[in-house]
Amino acid sequence: MKTKVGIIQFPGTNCEYDTQNAFAALGCETQILWHKEDTIPDGTDLLVVAGGFSYGDYLRSGAIAKMSPIMKAVKAFADNGGKVLGICNGFQVLTECGLLPGALKRNEGLHFISRHHHLKVLTNNNTFLKKCAVNDIVNIPIAHHDGNFYIDSEGLSDLYVNDQVLLQYTDEVGNLSNPNGSVDSIAGICNITKNVFGLMPHPERAMESLLGSNDGRRMLEGFLSA
Amino acid sequence: MKAIVNVFLKNGVLDSQGKAVQHALSGHGFGTVSDVRVGKQIIIEMDESNVESAKAKVAQMCEDLLANTVIEDYAIEIQA
Repeated sequence: MKTKVGIIQFPGTNCEYDTQNAFAALGCETQILWHKEDTIPDGTDLLVVAGGFSYGDYLRSGAIAKMSPIMKAVKAFADNGGKVLGICNGFQVLTECGLLPGALKRNEGLHFISRHHHLKVLTNNNTFLKKCAVNDIVNIPIAHHDGNFYIDSEGLSDLYVNDQVLLQYTDEVGNLSNPNGSVDSIAGICNITKNVFGLMPHPERAMESLLGSNDGRRMLEGFLSA
Repeated sequence: MKAIVNVFLKNGVLDSQGKAVQHALSGHGFGTVSDVRVGKQIIIEMDESNVESAKAKVAQMCEDLLANTVIEDYAIEIQA
């Protein structure tokens, strides 16, 4: 059966169609969900909070988006065990609304960074990265101004204890290489029940070798129904 | 009634913008500058007559939206 993917769209979201294209290429049924909707379509297997600049990132990245009607439905979906993936601005929205721990601050160097970056897979004991091997190095584009992941030391220790740190920024051989000041070079995490995932890099932009990398495929393939 | 909300990064959370401004000031001859913090100020006009009630509502606004309490502190001043 086709995996059914809902992609959340706020005013200012700009990665929804790339995300739709990526999941369609993997054979999924996809649907864009406007933020004023207050229900999630029946049978949805995965919700993606796509990247972009929701509400112009006014106030803070992802802050105003969390007040949108659809976010109540997204929270209920996640609380019920539904799978949710936040990419870039989507990751910021998920931390703002409390579905993921921590926060994303302005990049330490204060610049917007847009380039390919290598990432190391720390764990594959979850739906998202189950098609990757532990210590796999993937090449995925990053494009953000507020990607500096922050969490206090107690929260950080909980993330490691519960196997919630998914990805770290590295060089091509796996040595830590931190582009934005993130705590422990962290690029992606999940919640404790491993059904909500967030990362700053864009796997949906790494679907074709011709465009620089297709490493995003084996990440997103984790969400396909068996 | 007017509420003035100041939002700043918590102590212990690196303020990269503040550091950049500090370096710029030091480099321009303001050698006595030892620290700079950059925050934001949000000014809210409200139809309220009771200071305590206004303050409680603004505090709720801060918790819900105006500040991210994972990384930020806020201070509220009410002007009649």
